[in-house]
Amino acid sequence: MSEHTEHSVLGKRIPGIDSHEKVSGVAKFTADMVLPNMLYGKILRSPHAHAEIVSIDVSKAEALPGVKCVLTGKDTLGKKQGIWRRFPELCDEEILCRTKVRYIGDPVAAVAAVDEDTAAEALKLIKVEYKILPAVFDPKEAIREDAPQIHNGVEMNINVNRHIEWGDVDEAFQRCDHVREDYFYCDSQAHACMETHCAISSFGYDGKLTIWASSQSPYYVQVLLAGMLDMREGDIRVIKPYVGGGFGGKLSLDAAEFCSALLSQRLYRPVKIVFTREEEFSATKRRTPMYYALKLGATKDGKILAKEARVITEGGAYTSMGATALYLTGFFSSFPYKIPNYRYDGFRVYTNTEPTSAMRGFGAPQAVFAGESQLDMMAHDLGIDPMEMRKINGMTPNYTVPGQAQIQSCGLPECLTAMNKFLKKRDKLPPNHGIGVASYGFMSGGIFNWIDTPYAFSAAIVKINVDGKVDLFTGATDSGQGANTTLTMICAEELGVKMDDIRLHIGDTALCPVDLGNWGSRTTLMNGNAVKLAAADAKRQLLEFASYKLKPNIVYDLNIKNCFVHFTDRPERGISYYDVVRDAIRGKEGNTIIGRGHYTPHGKGMVSPAYSFGVQAVEVEVDTETGQVHLVEVTTAHESGTVVNPIGLEGQLEGAFHMAAGYALMEDMQMKDGKLQANNFRDYKLLLAPDMPKTNILEIDTFEQEGPFGAKEAGEGLTNPTAGAIANAVYNAVGVRITTLPITPEKVLKALEEKKQKKHEAAMEARVESPAV
Amino acid sequence: MPRIINLMVNGEKCQVIVEPAESLLDVLRVKLNKTGTKKGCNEGDCGACTVIMNGRPVNACLVLAFEADNADILTIEGLADNAQLHPLQESFIKYGGLQCGFCTPGMIMIAKALLDRNPNPTEEEIRKAIAGNVCRCTGYVKIVQSISEAAKLIRGEAAHE
Repeated sequence: MSEHTEHSVLGKRIPGIDSHEKVSGVAKFTADMVLPNMLYGKILRSPHAHAEIVSIDVSKAEALPGVKCVLTGKDTLGKKQGIWRRFPELCDEEILCRTKVRYIGDPVAAVAAVDEDTAAEALKLIKVEYKILPAVFDPKEAIREDAPQIHNGVEMNINVNRHIEWGDVDEAFQRCDHVREDYFYCDSQAHACMETHCAISSFGYDGKLTIWASSQSPYYVQVLLAGMLDMREGDIRVIKPYVGGGFGGKLSLDAAEFCSALLSQRLYRPVKIVFTREEEFSATKRRTPMYYALKLGATKDGKILAKEARVITEGGAYTSMGATALYLTGFFSSFPYKIPNYRYDGFRVYTNTEPTSAMRGFGAPQAVFAGESQLDMMAHDLGIDPMEMRKINGMTPNYTVPGQAQIQSCGLPECLTAMNKFLKKRDKLPPNHGIGVASYGFMSGGIFNWIDTPYAFSAAIVKINVDGKVDLFTGATDSGQGANTTLTMICAEELGVKMDDIRLHIGDTALCPVDLGNWGSRTTLMNGNAVKLAAADAKRQLLEFASYKLKPNIVYDLNIKNCFVHFTDRPERGISYYDVVRDAIRGKEGNTIIGRGHYTPHGKGMVSPAYSFGVQAVEVEVDTETGQVHLVEVTTAHESGTVVNPIGLEGQLEGAFHMAAGYALMEDMQMKDGKLQANNFRDYKLLLAPDMPKTNILEIDTFEQEGPFGAKEAGEGLTNPTAGAIANAVYNAVGVRITTLPITPEKVLKALEEKKQKKHEAAMEARVESPAV
Repeated sequence: MPRIINLMVNGEKCQVIVEPAESLLDVLRVKLNKTGTKKGCNEGDCGACTVIMNGRPVNACLVLAFEADNADILTIEGLADNAQLHPLQESFIKYGGLQCGFCTPGMIMIAKALLDRNPNPTEEEIRKAIAGNVCRCTGYVKIVQSISEAAKLIRGEAAHE
């Protein structure tokens, strides 16, 4: 069911409501802000991967002219924090280390000075005596009995384990005609936001703290900071100016936020900390590297009967949101297929490396790379077209993932059909070209409350003023993905007013109702629902007054569209929205009209209230001389329920491909003894403008009952299919299967060499066996 | 030793006392409060700080303030003519050539430098021109389109809205 035609705002190509400020240099990011009497902070970080802090001497640093304060772990309350607040053992990050450092980059001291140069100079004068401890970097080594213990009391360094199971897996494998076991490795990836982490804290003589932070969740910053500083939540106000990218990297309470707050609390002056690009790469959070062992069993006609995934993930030094990635990779490893028998065992292991956490796709890109590669391998073994195999096993609407999730809308069958049609139209490919396909599904927000909040997951307030101007307040976060525009559009649609009638208030914990932030693709569905409900509440109040005027027969309904209050069935009969607002306010003794809305999913399974689906085909050309994989063209068949804003949707799709193709081919966070090798944009390669291929989008129409106006996730899920599609394309181009990411020219060349060698050996054997020929 | 330098920034005369190691970027952002120009890496790798100096695009983080003495600088703040946005700004808005907006000022300035010397660039020429400017959000598709549409506006082949 589609309701596109009835919309007056949704579905239109509406430019971002904040674009004017952004193109003119007016938009203020945290890094741009200066407060009167402000100081600048810098953080001293551990040069060792694992060491005890024996002593810290800050006297020389304190004596440097211009230095106002130097703080170490001893100056904190000694608390540990983490996003998984329901589980105290997973709140493992002190931020300013007191006795031990666990990765190269762990903060040990913070300085506030009159300017950044002085603060940086002071860092050099701090003397830290370390006792170096044996370190461990590979999770497979870290789980060995004799491995160094990174956190006290954590046996074998196992931070979290997750088990998911349904059906009878062992029995089902017995019934399969063919079973494959394969191993994959997925590398890490940097969020590489253009704006590095930064914060300005201002602690006042009234004992209250205001912090401006480049964050994806002002609420998380507020509650976690309150815990760390032992302050009342309401005495901390978090303001989020424009944020220069997040992608999952700005969810945790970070050192810029915590250290600036601590310094400001000491000095009663604003303190600003901006991470350098090197800190951004080496001392924030990153995508979780994963070792994947997959077992897949199918009948000879391509029906999957059983799947088993065993996964070890590199946790790095702390939990952060990595525990969620461990769960989601296990869940999405079964996607987007109807697998009747499934088992997942995942272990997140502490290592002495930069912590790993959420990043766009949140564990799913790893699962989909491994799963979609193996699916093609299985199809090849069985002699079945991989697209056919996806069709046979693909999810359909109203499918239940046993014990886990209820899929409602699902456009996967239509996406597969559209892709098949597209692929059939392609001419024969030139030599060394190949097209690879991968399917995916992704959630529209998680039904997770590990932060343990009593608030609704999303909430909104709509206030209507006498001139008809609407103030929309919501705690949602726009970090560049377009939430500002999306939510304003949803509000305008529901209330029946123009975009210009709405003024959005967002990203301020003192003004906006709580929202958990932008992660797990929650904003459009969860916050969108809250906004829609708040607008509907306000509209109901307006319509009460319109009823007095229009005096409809009780069987008629009233509605508002294009600022006109009218009979739903006779849209030409009615009165102006602006007149109704004035009447309504007068009728309410001058009170403004306030509508409230909140949303928390109930009865929607364990994972998400809705899922979106898609299929991607990537054409590559492999240079057999250099091993280089060139992207030729990408085509994505995709559904996200009702499209709120086509410009935003396309932008998400194109941007997701950029990030995911970089993940597949070149973005590499190699470490040497725990030290990141590429900590700048010169060494850390990502796709640049000339590297991007032609992009085609095949939009599939679906409608999600649970979503606002039928809308659901768009943008994060699209990072999932790309690595698998590229791996399959490389195989189809030159016949080599790369099972570890990134697919570098070195790996491709080596595989080509091995293939040649094998062919040669086979030929030799054939000659030996038949000497007469 | 600190020294006084003279700059013409967006047509306005400025006199600034600068340290020998100070970059043009810090002078613009900190001393002149022109924060439209962004600091993305401070080592010349990302292009977020692109400004036009004496008619040529530069990474302001790599230019020493001393070197910019007597230079004519155009930043993002100087691009619009009061209420009238520059065609590049109009196009970036209309075609969605931005998301988070942090790379946008640098991207628009490098595009301005391109269109100044080549009013009719091919798509390939546009991609090459912005190859030193990193965008983490858009995948460049709509940026390239925005620049191409702006070129049409400037050439008079398309109408302003």
